[in-house]
Parts: sequence; C-alpha cells; structure tokens
Amino acid sequence: MASERVVRVVMDAQAIDRALTRVAHEILERNKGTSALALIGIRSRGVHIAERLRAKIRAIEDTDVPTGIIDITLYRDDLSRSHQQPEVKGTQIGFAIDDKRVVLVDDVLFTGRTVRAALDALIDFGRPRNVQLVVLIDRGHRELPIRADYVGKNLPTAVNESVQVRLQESDGQDEVVIARTEED
Amino acid sequence: MPFTHRHLLGLEGLSRDELTFLLDTASSFKEISERDIKKVPTLRGKTVVSLFYEASTRTRASFEIAAKRMSADFVSLSSSTSSVTKGETLLDTARNLAAMRPDAIILRHSAAGAPHFLAARLECPIINAGDGAHEHPTQALLDALTIRERKRNMEGLTVAIVGDVLHSRVARSNIFALKTLGATVRLVGPPTLLPPELRAWGDTTSNLAEGVRDADVIMMLRIQLERQGKNFFPTVDEYSRYFCLTQRVVAHARPDVMILHPGPMNRGIEIASDVADGPYSVIMDQVTNGIAVRMAVLYLLANRPRMESETEQEAVETPAPAQPRRLRRRAG
Amino acid sequence: MSTTIIRGGTVVDPANHLNGCRDLVIQEGVVTAIADANGSHETSDAECIDATGCLVVPGLIDIHVHLREPGYEYKETVETGTRAAVAGGFTAVACMANTNPVNDSAAVTDYIRDKATAAGLARVFPIGAVSKGLQGEELAEIGEMHRAGIVAVSDDGMPIMNGGLMRRALEYTAMFGLPVIVHEEERTIAADGVMNEGSLSLRLGLKGVPAAAEEAMVARDIALLERTGGRLHIAHLSTAGSVQLVRAAKQRGLPVTAEVTPHHFTLTEAAVDGYNANAKMNPPLRTQHDVDAVRQGLADGTIDVIATDHAPHHRDEKDVEFDQAANGIVGLETALPLALRLVEETGIPLETIVAALTVNPARVLNLPHGTLSVGAPADVTVIDAQRRWTVEAARFRSKSRNTPFDGMQMQGQAILTMVGGRIVYRAAAGPNA
Repeated sequence: MASERVVRVVMDAQAIDRALTRVAHEILERNKGTSALALIGIRSRGVHIAERLRAKIRAIEDTDVPTGIIDITLYRDDLSRSHQQPEVKGTQIGFAIDDKRVVLVDDVLFTGRTVRAALDALIDFGRPRNVQLVVLIDRGHRELPIRADYVGKNLPTAVNESVQVRLQESDGQDEVVIARTEED
Repeated sequence: MPFTHRHLLGLEGLSRDELTFLLDTASSFKEISERDIKKVPTLRGKTVVSLFYEASTRTRASFEIAAKRMSADFVSLSSSTSSVTKGETLLDTARNLAAMRPDAIILRHSAAGAPHFLAARLECPIINAGDGAHEHPTQALLDALTIRERKRNMEGLTVAIVGDVLHSRVARSNIFALKTLGATVRLVGPPTLLPPELRAWGDTTSNLAEGVRDADVIMMLRIQLERQGKNFFPTVDEYSRYFCLTQRVVAHARPDVMILHPGPMNRGIEIASDVADGPYSVIMDQVTNGIAVRMAVLYLLANRPRMESETEQEAVETPAPAQPRRLRRRAG
Repeated sequence: MSTTIIRGGTVVDPANHLNGCRDLVIQEGVVTAIADANGSHETSDAECIDATGCLVVPGLIDIHVHLREPGYEYKETVETGTRAAVAGGFTAVACMANTNPVNDSAAVTDYIRDKATAAGLARVFPIGAVSKGLQGEELAEIGEMHRAGIVAVSDDGMPIMNGGLMRRALEYTAMFGLPVIVHEEERTIAADGVMNEGSLSLRLGLKGVPAAAEEAMVARDIALLERTGGRLHIAHLSTAGSVQLVRAAKQRGLPVTAEVTPHHFTLTEAAVDGYNANAKMNPPLRTQHDVDAVRQGLADGTIDVIATDHAPHHRDEKDVEFDQAANGIVGLETALPLALRLVEETGIPLETIVAALTVNPARVLNLPHGTLSVGAPADVTVIDAQRRWTVEAARFRSKSRNTPFDGMQMQGQAILTMVGGRIVYRAAAGPNA
C-alpha cells in the first residue's frame, strides 16, 4: 500500500511573500499601472493569492483593483469520468470584464487544463482586452499550450510527485511542499 | 457531503446534509442566470428527455431552460403528443426512450410511484417532476431555497401550509424537507382535506387565522380542481370564504412573514390578488430559484459515466419485481 | 376390488376429532376404514402409500377461487386452476361467477362443470351470481342455477350496494338452502382507494380504503340477516372491526360464517411500500392490529374458513403503475405453508387450521366432503409439514405469477393429493417439487 510522505519544503512564508511582492510589481510594470486591470482568482487557493496581490497593489499604487472569483467546476473536461460530481461553490465577478486586462490567478500551474477551463468560463462573461496568468508555482508537465505570464517560482517536478501550496487563509500556514508517493 | 443517489424520486428519507448540499449547489448556480451568456458547457452532449403525462407549462419550461443553460439537448414529450394516446403503456414508452440513451428522464405522472416504477426498470437516472399526490421534490427544494435565502436558518421556523394537503405532492415534499431541516410545520385546511394521520407531521387546524398566527412562512397550495372527487367542500366560494389568504389574515402572521405559492395561482380563491402581488410574496423568487434548483439536479444526476452493466438487454428482460426480502422480515 | 392404504401418517380429521397415527384404507374411491397403524389391514394387492412423518388430512377445500373461465382464459383456465389447486393440496374448489359471460345461468354453470370433468383434477363447485350480469339490480335465476349444480351465490368482485336487493337475496336463497357469499365493500366510501387508508397511504400519496368501507357493509348485512334468515357467508374478512361485528352476531345466534385469506393473516399494508403491485388486492392488506384480530378470529371460531381468493392476473395487468394494477394475487400454491406457519407462530391448534380448510368450508357449502369418515369420498391430502422449499412463481402450475411471496422460504407442502381415491398430484422427490 502506498503512503505519502512529505519530502521537502520548497518555499516558506517569507519566500512566498517576497515572490508575491515581486509579481505585484511585475504586473504593474507590464500593464503600466492599474488602469483597466482586474484580478480574478481561480477557486480556491487562487482566490486567496488574488486577494494578497490586490492588497499589495493597493499598498504600492494606492488603488483598489477590482477582484473576482471564478469556479471552474462546471467547465472541467473530466466531469463525465467521475462517479461523484464535485462540489460547485460558484463564480462571483461583480464587474464587467469587457475590455479589461484580466489577470487570472492560480496557485499551481501543472497540465494547464484548469486554466483552459477558466478561459472558457471567462469568455462567457464578456470579452476582455487581454487575459494574463499569475501562478505561484509552475511545475511543468503541460498537456495543453498554456503558459504563465508571472511565476512565483519555477519548480521542476516528477509526474509522480505532488506539489501542495498551503496558505494561511485556508490551511493555517504559508508554505509550499513537494511530496512523493512512495511504494512500501 | 456529496449527493450519491442515482435518481431524484422524492425528498423523504434524504438526510439534512444531503438536503443542505442540494440547496448549496443550487445556490451556486444562480449567478449563471444573471449573466449575459446564460450558459455553462457542463452537460454539453448530454440528452435530457422530459416525459409529462400531466399538463404543465411552468415546470416543464423551467426544466427545459435549466437543461439548456447547462448546454444539454432537451427533448420534450407530453401525453397529448406522444404514443400514450395510442394506448402504449408507460413501461413501453419509457423503454423505447431508454433505448435512445438519454442521460436523464424527467417524469411527471398522475400515478404515485410512477417514477419509482421506472427507476426499478431502467438504468437511466429518473427525476420526479410530480407523481400523483406523492412528491414533487424540485418544487420543495426551490421553496426551501427561497425560504433559506431570506431566513438564513430553517431551524425553528414555523411554516404554515394551507389548502388541499390531502391531494398535494407539493405539501408532502415540503413537509419532508422542512421537517428534516428543523422547521415546524402547521397544516391548515377543511377537515375533509386534513386526514387525522397528518398530526404525526404537524399541528392541524381548520381555522386559517389561528393556523397562520405568528408563522414565519405561509405556503399556499392550489385548490386542485382537476384532481379531487366531490364533496371535499361544497363550493369554491365557500372554500374561499374560509381559506383565502387575504391581507386581514396575513396580519396574524409575523411582520416579516414570507408567502409562497407553487403556482399557478387561482387569484381570489386561495390567495387574494393584493397579497399575491404584495411585499410579503416571494412567488417570483420561487420561479427564479426553480431554474437554479433544476440546473443543480441535472448537474448532479445527468453527468454520470455509463455503468459497464448498462445494456438494453437488461431493461427488456427485467421481470415484475416481487419484494421477498421485505416480506421475510414482516411476515408473521 | 382395488384397495389403497395410506400408511403410517398422522391423520388429522377435525370432523371426527381425530389426531393420531393411523392407516387410512380406501376402496372404490371411498374411505372404508381408519385403522390403528399396525399394518393388520394390509393385503397383498393393496397399493401402499407411505405417509410416515407426514400429516394425512381430508382433501383441502378452497371455497373462494377465480378460475377465470369462460372469458379470461389468458389469466387462467379451469384446467390450469385445478392443476394449481391439487399441487397446493386442494381437492375441491368453489369458483366465483365474475367470468365473461357472468355465471348467472345454468348454461355457464354447465360449461364450467364440463371443463372440470374434462380436466379430471380437483372437484369444481361453481358459485352462481346473485344478480343478473353482476349488475346488482335484479336477481339472477338462482333456482335454474341450483338445478345445474351451484353451491352458493355471490356477486364477488362486486359488492351488493343495493340493500334492498341484498335483503331479497337472503330471503330467496333460503328456498334452496344456498348461502349468500358477500364481498363487503361500500363503494362510495372506498371510492378510488388502492390500499388501506392510514399513515402509509398518506406517505405514499395513494388513495386509501378505510376499514369503515368493509365494516359498514358487514353491519348492514348482519342487520338484514336478523330480519330475513337465510345464510350469510362473509368473504375475505380483513379488519378488526369486521371480526368484532361477526363475533357479536354469532353470539346472538345468527347464521353467519366468515372466511379469511392467507395473505390477510400474514401480510400487512407495509408490503405495499415501494409501490409493489403484487401487494395490491381488494380488500387491501391492513394494519398489524387487523392481522392480529383476524388471527384471533380464527383461533376463537369467529372466522370459520380459510379461503385464498385466488385471483390470477396476467403480467401486463400487474407490471404497471400501482394505480393501474389489477387487484388480487394467486393463492392456491402458497396457502398451505402459510396456514401451517400460523400454527407455529400463534399456537392456534393444528386441528383448528385444518378444520378451516376442510370440514368448515364443506359445511358452509353443504358438501359431503372435508372429512375422513368411513363412507366419505376418498379426498385426501398428504402433507410433509417439515419440507422446506422456496416459492418460485415462474414454476407455478397456475397460468399467472402474481404473488408477493416469490422467492420466499416456506415450510410444509402437499406431497400427494387424492380425489375420490384417484391420485391427482404427486410431488417429485427432492426439496423443490
């Protein structure tokens, strides 16, 4: 029987915070400020990261960027394959996204399928000027032609490893760990 | 806690967790109907068939809109247009449909137990849209959702259900759901429509003012002229005099009372026009919530992978099921 | 002269207060001797049937059976029905008149009797209609039917809603000594009910038949009986209230008898849960309180007879939505083990149950059967009361399969049925015949 063991911590709380600060600056630099900017976090940890970026941008530019939540459950491409339907928590985008520079935020970029689903969902809400992608961790192994515009940390991994992002808001502490599934 | 049942035949026997999960899921579907593009691709390529043996515009339209907003293909059959008028049995009609591999069948029928009958013989998920006087689960779910939105917590709420309880599937489904969610139910109507066994489910009274006194929610039932026999009350006028919900009666309830009606309303008979259109009435919210509830139900039931055992052969060869195990427990 | 000896069994003959180990000697289709089991009557050319470990009883009599012929042969015929009967241990059945055409004439009575003779299995005693066409308006030609051989009159299937007609029927039949067998159901109270009215019908959303629908008619007919004389036999009693009414009437000395079906003393309305159409019958299955009352009725003699109300229906009539399903179940092939189970579960003496299946129904219909007296027709049933078997509806001899007992474990089975000295049924060896 397989059992999972924590192998190593790759980012601690401080490293995460520095990375996000850098990313916030990169977003502002690339978009030349906050005009027409919008942050949309992908449920569920992407939402917390989006909120942190929003706070950092407010601290830097003294401007509040509109921030929303997207639930991609209904857009997944693997629903028919599971015997139990995953819980739907709902999308909340309280502003129009037409002509906005939408910055999608997620915790881990892996196969790219989550982001594809998020793009599909986004299109149903309107027509943004462009869509950019922030991820805290890019672990490689893409199955679709998706790339991130802003990356907290690049983390080469093996496919049988799992990357876990833990955040204060949902898990009680900030850290990123890699775990490997080992056969006994 | 996920909802793992294959069918939605009724709300009786569903746990509080299951009901809450259904309501939470329905709640998260609401925003789709507020978007510009009211569609999600979740049920793309799925076929949903509605088989209605009783006339209905609103329930059928509600299911159709729900299915289409989920991107499903929707086929609608009613008894007037289908082979039913040619004498085909329910079972044969359903088997023919099942052979076309629908991903869900929505059934409304005048015989209590008709959805159970199909569920025992077909592999396809069955959604009960009303079976005789038995249950109307999606109606009660949308009622509960509407109540929960305003009142937050169902626990301890007093809900007065008024009208033809004896023949009402809306009443039964609501009683099962509300009690499981912790509400207290009161049943109001003429004695002919309140059988004594109802007292096991809640207080009964034939005095409307007393029945709605201090109620948090008043749920009005239609007087079902098409379903009852004779002599439950002498005339509609007399029924109305004693059981019509007027402003004066509503004054006995709590000031923040909610008034629900499953529709279609008989204005002036069970509910006065000014009450139906007044500030306590949430009838329009019910309709909106109905779509969300039905989207959620379709999401949870119509998205199943095909079971390996599922073949046409099995559907054809299933004999009339006896219930030997139950009898061994009960006999003697 | 050919001799048959049924040897070594426990002979239970309530008519003669007999319950003990005996040999039964049969010659020329008649019981000639009941001897102590010492083999002294054995002759070299006698056919010997070994009944060691078995019960030997008078051939069972079912006075409430629907053979469906003429008119509904797709459900059952006289031949298939009597084949089911003898397999269930019944040597005689009385068949109801709700055929097509209705048995309200000598012609249909003769037809049924001819079919029975041709089948050569169980004896068939036709019951004639009370009213023409079962319409409940005018008396049928009871005298004519009596000459053709009916043993009772009944509109069973239908209640006699017209009290005036019921009164005249009780009076008129007295001339012929025929009992009036009544299906007690006040139709306007029962209305569209499909199961017992109570908390289960409320939960399932099905229209119910209150006990009062039966009791109102039982009370009416007992009241009429006080005035008219005649003989009243109440079919398929199902409620505690009905049992009480009959008990009181008997205490007053009124000529009323009553029967109960095996399903009414075994099952409650709970069998309907899940919308099981094989639990749908008229009168419906009732509550545990009613089941206890009818059992008590059998114990104290208020209820005289066990009769199956064997009601075959084609699968297409039962495998439908509950509201649409036909009423009734088959019963000939499951009655005996259910009756034996009653002895085990309630302590009602075996003799009482055997009487309810033999001498009592015979007396209701004035038949010379139901006993093993010397000189009586040799209608005998040999029962292996220990044999365990499983009900397999697919293997019923009846044409129909509508039973709620399919798959159920039973104990007790007829292994030999004899009519007039002739063996008409013999179980195959092995656990499932």
